Amino acid sequence: MAYLIKGAHVVDPQVGLDGIRDVLVEDKQIVEVAEAIEAAEGVEVIDGAGKYLVPGLVDMHVHFRDPGFEYKETIASGSRAAAHGGFTDVATMPNTDPVTDTGAEIRYQIDTARRAGLVHVRPMGALTRGEKGESLAEIGDMVMEGASAFSDDGHGVQSAGMMKTCMAYVSQFDRVVCAHCEDESLTKNGVINSGRAATRLGMFGWPALGEEIEIWRDIELARITGCALHICHISTAKGLEMVKAAKAEGLPVTCEVTPHHLFLCDEDIDDTYNTNLKMNPPLRKASDAAALVEGIIDGSIDCVVTDHAPHAKHEKDCEWEIAFFGTIGLETSLPLMITNLVDTGKMSWDRLVEVMAVNPRRLLRCNPVKIEAGSQADLTLIDPKREIDVTEDYFESKSKNSAFLGQHLTGVATDVLMAGKRTLIDGVVA
Amino acid sequence: MDQAILKAVIMDEQAMDRAITRIAHEIIEHNEGADSIALVGILRRGVPLAERLADKIEAIEGVRPKIGKLDISFYRDDFSSHIAPVLHATEIMFPIDGVDIVLVDDVLYTGRTIRAALDALMDYGRAKSVQLAVMVDRGHRELPIRADYVGKNVPSSHDEDVRVSVTPLDEKNSVEIWGIDKSLGGAK
Amino acid sequence: MLSVKHLIDTTSLTADDITQILDTAKSFDPIVNGRNIKKVPALRGRTIVNLFLEPSTRTLKSFELAEKRLSADSISMGGATSSVVKGESLADTIQTIDAMKVDMFVVRARLAGTPQVITQNTDAIVINGGDGKHQHPTQAMLDLYTIREHFGHLDGLKVAIVGDLAHSRVCGSLAPALKTMGADVTLVAPPTFQVGDPSWFGCNQTNHLDDVIEDMDVIYMLRVQLERMEGAAIPSRREYNRLYGLSLEREARMKDNAIICHPGPMNRGMEIDAEVADCARSRILNQVNAGVLTRMAEMYLLMGGEE
Repeated sequence: MAYLIKGAHVVDPQVGLDGIRDVLVEDKQIVEVAEAIEAAEGVEVIDGAGKYLVPGLVDMHVHFRDPGFEYKETIASGSRAAAHGGFTDVATMPNTDPVTDTGAEIRYQIDTARRAGLVHVRPMGALTRGEKGESLAEIGDMVMEGASAFSDDGHGVQSAGMMKTCMAYVSQFDRVVCAHCEDESLTKNGVINSGRAATRLGMFGWPALGEEIEIWRDIELARITGCALHICHISTAKGLEMVKAAKAEGLPVTCEVTPHHLFLCDEDIDDTYNTNLKMNPPLRKASDAAALVEGIIDGSIDCVVTDHAPHAKHEKDCEWEIAFFGTIGLETSLPLMITNLVDTGKMSWDRLVEVMAVNPRRLLRCNPVKIEAGSQADLTLIDPKREIDVTEDYFESKSKNSAFLGQHLTGVATDVLMAGKRTLIDGVVA
Repeated sequence: MDQAILKAVIMDEQAMDRAITRIAHEIIEHNEGADSIALVGILRRGVPLAERLADKIEAIEGVRPKIGKLDISFYRDDFSSHIAPVLHATEIMFPIDGVDIVLVDDVLYTGRTIRAALDALMDYGRAKSVQLAVMVDRGHRELPIRADYVGKNVPSSHDEDVRVSVTPLDEKNSVEIWGIDKSLGGAK
Repeated sequence: MLSVKHLIDTTSLTADDITQILDTAKSFDPIVNGRNIKKVPALRGRTIVNLFLEPSTRTLKSFELAEKRLSADSISMGGATSSVVKGESLADTIQTIDAMKVDMFVVRARLAGTPQVITQNTDAIVINGGDGKHQHPTQAMLDLYTIREHFGHLDGLKVAIVGDLAHSRVCGSLAPALKTMGADVTLVAPPTFQVGDPSWFGCNQTNHLDDVIEDMDVIYMLRVQLERMEGAAIPSRREYNRLYGLSLEREARMKDNAIICHPGPMNRGMEIDAEVADCARSRILNQVNAGVLTRMAEMYLLMGGEE
């Protein structure tokens, strides 16, 4: 199939593009990018006027719950949510059941995602067997089956010694270790950020220190092992300072942030105990969120991820202290970034493309996607003026536990090409 | 808005005083003295009326009957729509067993207040008898209740308001009928 | 009428609300404490469910007596008899009970926010009988009543709340209620028992009971619960008693007119010495008596508020 995307504002900092172009796609590839291309016979034209065309968006931190928790999400339903949100690639976390800790589990996800055919699923493997933090998972086997990175996401690796072993072992492969930083001796029973909100609502705190102490530890381990370290869902100003300092030293350290840690804070949790605001790590102080916004703009944070964490209604429709952690995010991430940062003039389109497409692709060790001839045609077309109301009906995801329900957002993906195939057509998943 | 207007002054200070004097005599006559009786004023205007009655009885008989206050809020049958913003605690500082109780209130209307008062009183003990004294009986009873002593019978219609003022709760002693000025406010 | 539909926390109550509750409770005093027939028909025919999802004896019995004295029909469910422990969700439990036409829930729960969740699943009125480490507003009202009975007022009083503040719903509702009524509150606890952010309560926090005891009008001792010592925030009962316990020696340093309160049940010999618990300053049994009066007032005012 051939498509001609006409008249879109193309943004790709990798090739220095920031202007109106026509882009011709044939089969899986971009074949021509020019000021004006005539549509040949049999080429389907996609009108890009008034829209932005960018390299396909990547979310390198999602939970598709497949296998094991298919009642929350499946690879198929998660793929629909990803396409609906404008993504061409996602990296799925290994806390499935069984835990994704062997090559066979990696292969299952890749094969299942291919059948769904809506998004490139780049599974991450567990660092330790069963994510128990006790013994190494078959990391090499998983690399050979296509694992994109390694993480025990959901918990920190509690023992510094074990984490050192993991990072040293991973360092022989060109893969990043994604660290969920949480010292459980400090966060035990914690369900909300320590501080005023915890006092107000009468619940045990999950202190910033519980995260920061492991960020510090893992940076030092990166120094010793030389392993590339990526800090997952960073949530505190101080944690970010440590990452900045490590980068300044030239250590192979990167980090990511979620829209909920950027745009929400613990003071948003009111006495209705809205469990969709219960996260791990928890929503922090407003001043932390402000520091993170600064970090994603100035480049000290490398990418935006959603930590898309689907949970069934009965797992959220209960008392806060026993509700599950997490919010879905794939379908609100881009609109939140545009509404809160791009439309307000705080972030350029170039920077948006870096944090939502270029950097995560690099961290997952995928081939770059550039808007130039010869590149794979993974493309996202964005209407910066289209508005959405975030309601349960809006979501393709099987679960509806969004922290952003009720918000009115501007700027959404309308069309997505994944390897030259249309997966989202005028806002509707193909 | 309908506007309330004063239609008539039924009793003034003097008339009320005469009525209280007469009721005091009737109570004494009926109970063959004042030794066995106690007056219980229903909050709020029954209380100063009971005080005035006690003054009269004391002047006539040389004996001052005991006085209590009764708050019937917790006994009302229309509680969910009429909750008293400020409650005034019941004070009956004497045993009522074997005593002739005279309940005192300002206006007898549907009888529901008296029904509640009787229930409340029963919870304090077993009075020998309960009698009822009111300044005004305006008719329209909804329960089989009648007053033993009445200052004045005042036929009234439902949309009228019979207002009894008693010092020191109010600035004067009077009974007035207020109504809705239909020419100003229109029919309800 | 109160400004709230439910009684979930004391932070939502205005000074007027609190005064109304205390005044109404006062008008129940001659009924409960002065008559042979200790009940009134005010809530005749109303149905109240005491849903106790956490074991409690004194609070439950206090509510049950208050309900009986208002002539309400009430049933108590909880712990072993509640389906919640069998895995049914809270929402299902509430909707099931609600289908039986209930006017009011009194809820005691292990988890913070449970009463709030219940309000979202029923049209009935909800009273929080203590939720997790969050709030215990009916305890706060009985405490305020007890203190006001002694001093005649609450504004300007200096109150120290002493003990395991971090795990205390009693502190969580008493401190803000006292502040609303103009009292000055000091929180006293070892650092490992202190609240995360005392500024939320508008209170000072200190670890030295001996520094403040002479200034206080009320010393409010909290119960310290220690099921296990491993990993506990204090080393031993003995040491806690020595540093923070209300001993006769400390009691002797209190102001002449100062009083002692405790929400019960007491650990005699730990947070409070036996002689102090029984001394003339102790208002602990007055608190129990006030519990019935104030709970009657809360139920009466909330039920009267509905149309």
